[in-house]
Amino acid sequence: MRLILCIFLAIPCLLIAQEEISGTILEGNDSGKEIGLFGANVYWLNTSIGAVTDDTGYFSLPYDPAYKKMVISYVGFTNDTLTITKPRAIKHTLRPKGDLDEVLISTRKKASSRSYLHSQNVINVSSDELLKAACCNLAESFETNPSIDVNFPDAITGTRQIKMLGLKSPNILITTENIPSVRGAAQAQGLSFIPGTWVESIQITKGAGSVSNGFESIAGQINAELQKPSADDKLFVNAYAAIDGRYELNTHLNTKVNNRWHTGLYLHGNTRTLKSDNNDDGFLDLPLAKQINVMNRWQYTDTENGFVSFINLRFMTDEKQTGQLDFDPDRDKLTTNFWGSEIKTTRYDFSAKLGWVNPEIPYQSIGVQTAFSNHEQESYFGLKVYNINHQSFYGNAIYNTIISDSRHKVKMGLSTTYDRYEELVLNTEFNRTENSVGGFFEYTYDNLGDLNLTAGIRADNHNLFGFFVTPRLHVRYTPWEQGVFRFSVGSGRRSANIFIENQQLFSSNRIIKILDGGGDIYGLDPEKAWNYGVSYLQGFNLFGRKADVTLDFYRTEFENQVIVDWGNSRDVLFYNLNGESFANSFQVEASMELFDRTDLRLAYKYFDVQATFNGGAEDRGTIEKALVPKNRLFANIGWESKLNEKGGHWKVDATYNWLDSQRYPFTDRSPEEFQLPERTPTVGTLNFQVTKVFSPRFELYLGGENVTNVQQEKPILSADVPFGFNFDSTFVYGPIFGSSYYTGLRYKLQ
Amino acid sequence: MKQLVMITLALFLGTGLFAQNKNEKATIEVDGVCMMCKERIEKASVRTKGVKSAVWNVKTHELSLIYDARKTDLKTIQESVAAVGHDTQEIVASDEAYESVHPCCKYRDEDVKDDHKNEN
Repeated sequence: MRLILCIFLAIPCLLIAQEEISGTILEGNDSGKEIGLFGANVYWLNTSIGAVTDDTGYFSLPYDPAYKKMVISYVGFTNDTLTITKPRAIKHTLRPKGDLDEVLISTRKKASSRSYLHSQNVINVSSDELLKAACCNLAESFETNPSIDVNFPDAITGTRQIKMLGLKSPNILITTENIPSVRGAAQAQGLSFIPGTWVESIQITKGAGSVSNGFESIAGQINAELQKPSADDKLFVNAYAAIDGRYELNTHLNTKVNNRWHTGLYLHGNTRTLKSDNNDDGFLDLPLAKQINVMNRWQYTDTENGFVSFINLRFMTDEKQTGQLDFDPDRDKLTTNFWGSEIKTTRYDFSAKLGWVNPEIPYQSIGVQTAFSNHEQESYFGLKVYNINHQSFYGNAIYNTIISDSRHKVKMGLSTTYDRYEELVLNTEFNRTENSVGGFFEYTYDNLGDLNLTAGIRADNHNLFGFFVTPRLHVRYTPWEQGVFRFSVGSGRRSANIFIENQQLFSSNRIIKILDGGGDIYGLDPEKAWNYGVSYLQGFNLFGRKADVTLDFYRTEFENQVIVDWGNSRDVLFYNLNGESFANSFQVEASMELFDRTDLRLAYKYFDVQATFNGGAEDRGTIEKALVPKNRLFANIGWESKLNEKGGHWKVDATYNWLDSQRYPFTDRSPEEFQLPERTPTVGTLNFQVTKVFSPRFELYLGGENVTNVQQEKPILSADVPFGFNFDSTFVYGPIFGSSYYTGLRYKLQ
Repeated sequence: MKQLVMITLALFLGTGLFAQNKNEKATIEVDGVCMMCKERIEKASVRTKGVKSAVWNVKTHELSLIYDARKTDLKTIQESVAAVGHDTQEIVASDEAYESVHPCCKYRDEDVKDDHKNEN
C-alpha cells in the first residue's frame, strides 16, 4: 500500500503584508525512505489560489487568515481538507481512495477472499492461506477457514472429517481441478491422500454448485487446484517434523520439456512411528502411519492454436496401525490378545484434460475431462474385517459459447460416470455397479454491472436412481457499491456408501443393522436434497482500511436420506428417512485489516441440524443430530513484517476456535457406568504458527496445535474391555491428542 | 447484353459489398488508462447491438472486437465508445462525455497518465 505522508513545514515569511505557507509533501513507503511526491495539488478551498508540488515534493502558497481550508489532492487518493488557523507545521497522511482499490493501489492480496462478481458464493483460499497452518494434507487445510468445520469422527483412526453447512463431507462435492475425486471409497480418508504442498489454491462454493460438475453436490463444492508444472518452482522441498512423531517430506521437480510441454514430479512421504498415549487409556492417541504418494503431471500449452492439456498419473499407498499400545499386528491381528486395527490403502489415479479455445473466436471453447481411479482398502478393526474396492470412471465434455453477445454465455455438455464397488463387511459381501449418462445446459447472464445469474439444468439417467432432472440457480445482485446479494437454489443426489462414510462404527462393538427399504443401495434409497441459500457481502473502509462483512443463511432439506441412528448404544441402524431431515446454517463473518499487514477474521456460526429418528426400538421423533455444535466462534489473526532487502520477513498467524456443547448420542439404554451426560462440554482450541522467510528461496516455520492442551477425557468407552459389549470410540467431541508442536522448512528454486 | 453485364457487375459488387461476416474481427485503438476504463470501454462496446465480444488491453490500448457485420459497423461501435468518454482512433469523445469519466480515468491528463505508468 502506498501511503502519502504530507508534511507541511509552514515557514511563516513576511512578504509585504502577505504571508506565505510552504512545505514539502512526502510519499510514505514501506522502506521508510523519504521521497518527495511530485505533482500533488495544494490549494485553498473555494479560491483559485493553489500550487503544485515540484519534483522534490516542495510547494509554497500565499497565506491569508481568510483562507481556512487547505485542500490537498492527488490522483487516486481521497482529497483531504485541513483547517488552517495560522501558518503552522502540518503532518498529514493522504489515504487511497477505497473504491479504486483494485485500480490504483497495489494492496496486499488477501489469502482468503470472497468474490464480489461471481454469482456463486465462492471463497477462494490461496496458497498463502494454505501456508498458515501446518496443513500437511488437504484434510488439514481448513483449520483457518470458518466455512469448513473439521472434526474427528472416532478416537481410534485419527481420520479428520470436514463439515460444511452442518453436513458431513459426503454431502460436499470434492473435486481436484473440477474432476470429482474424494468420493466413494475415498470418502473416509481421501482428503488426507492429497498432500498440502500439491495444492495451489482451494475454491469453496457454498450451496448448490454448477451443474457441469455432476449431480452429487448437496451442501456445496470444494475444488482443489493442483500445482501447475509451468508455474510451480523448479525444485521445491518441504520437510516437516512434529513432536507427536510425525515426519513428512515433500519434493516437487518441475521441468520444461520444450516450448509446449512441461512436466512435474511430485513426491510425498509421511510417517509416524512414535506411540503416544497422553490420556492413559491404553490406546494410541494417533495412529502409526506410513504413506508414499507420487504424482506425475504433464502440461501442454499451445497458445497459438488455443490448446491446453493436463495429464496426471498418481500412485498412493498408505498404511495405518492403531489400537492398544501393546498390539503387534504380526502376533495379534484378528485375535483377542489386544485390540488393534490396520488400514491399508492403495490407490491409482489417471486423469486427463484437454481444452481448446478457438483462437479466432475466443468465447468459444471446448473442454474434455476424463478420469479413472482404483481405490482399494483392506482393513480390520479388532475382530471386524472391512475391505472395499472402488473403481471409478468419469468423463465430461463441455462446450462454451455465447448467445448474441458476451453478456449471454452458455455452457453445455455431456457426462458419464461408472462406479464399481466391492465390499466385504465382517463376512458379508456387498457388490454394486452404478453408472450414469447425463447432459447439462447452463446459461449465464451478466449485465456487466449490478446483476448476473447462472441457471443450469441437467438430466441424468442412472442405473439405480432412474431418470432425473437436477436444476440449479444462482443470482448475484449488487445494489450499491461493494454490497453483494446472492441467492442460490438447487438439488443434489447421491448414493450413501454407508460403511465407508461411517467407518468409525467398526471401532465399537455395535451391531450393524440395515432396515431394508427395498432400495438398490444396501437395500436403501439414494439421498436427495434441496439446498437454498441467501448471502450478503458488504465491503467497506474502516478508518481507511479494507474490511468486509458477510452474512449467509443456508437451508438443506432432505427428501430422502439414509439415517444413521446411534440411538441405541448396542447397535447402529441404517434406514431410509421417514419424516424430516434438514440443516439450517447461519454464518456471520467479518474480516478487516487492523493495522498495516495485520488481518483479523472473526466468525460466528449457528447450526440447527435435525432429523427424524424413528426406525429404532424407540421413536425419538425429530431431534437435533448428535455431535453437531449449535454455536461456533472463530477468530484468526495474521501479521506480516515488512520485507527486508533480501525479500525476507516474519509471518505470524493464530487461530482460535470455540465449539458449543454438542448432544451426545443416546446412552440411556447402556449400563449406568457407561452412560454419558446429555451434552458434551464446550471446547476451545488455539493454534499458532510463526514463519521466518529468510529469502524467497528459504523459509522455516514453527507452530503449535491446541496449545492450551484441551483434551477429551476418556474418549473411548470401556477402553479396558475392548472386546466387551460397551466398547465404543465414537463419542468424540474434542481433541484426543493434547497440544502438539511442529517445525518445518521450505526451499524453493525457481 | 450491356444490361446483363451491368446486372452481373452490380450483383458482383453487391456481394463484394454485402457479403458480410457475422463474426467480423477488428482491432481498433481506444484511449484510456486503467482497469476502470477497461470496464467502461468493454461495457459500451458489448452493449452496442451486434457486438459479440470486446476485450480492451490496458497496455496496448487496443480494443479487440468480434461483431456481426450485418448488424453493426466499426463506426457505430466507436460512437458508442466515444459516447462514454473514450477517444477512439476515428472519433474523439465530446468534452461532455469525457468529463463524465471518473477523475482517475482522465486519460487526456498527463498527470493521470504518469500516475498510471507507475503502477506497472
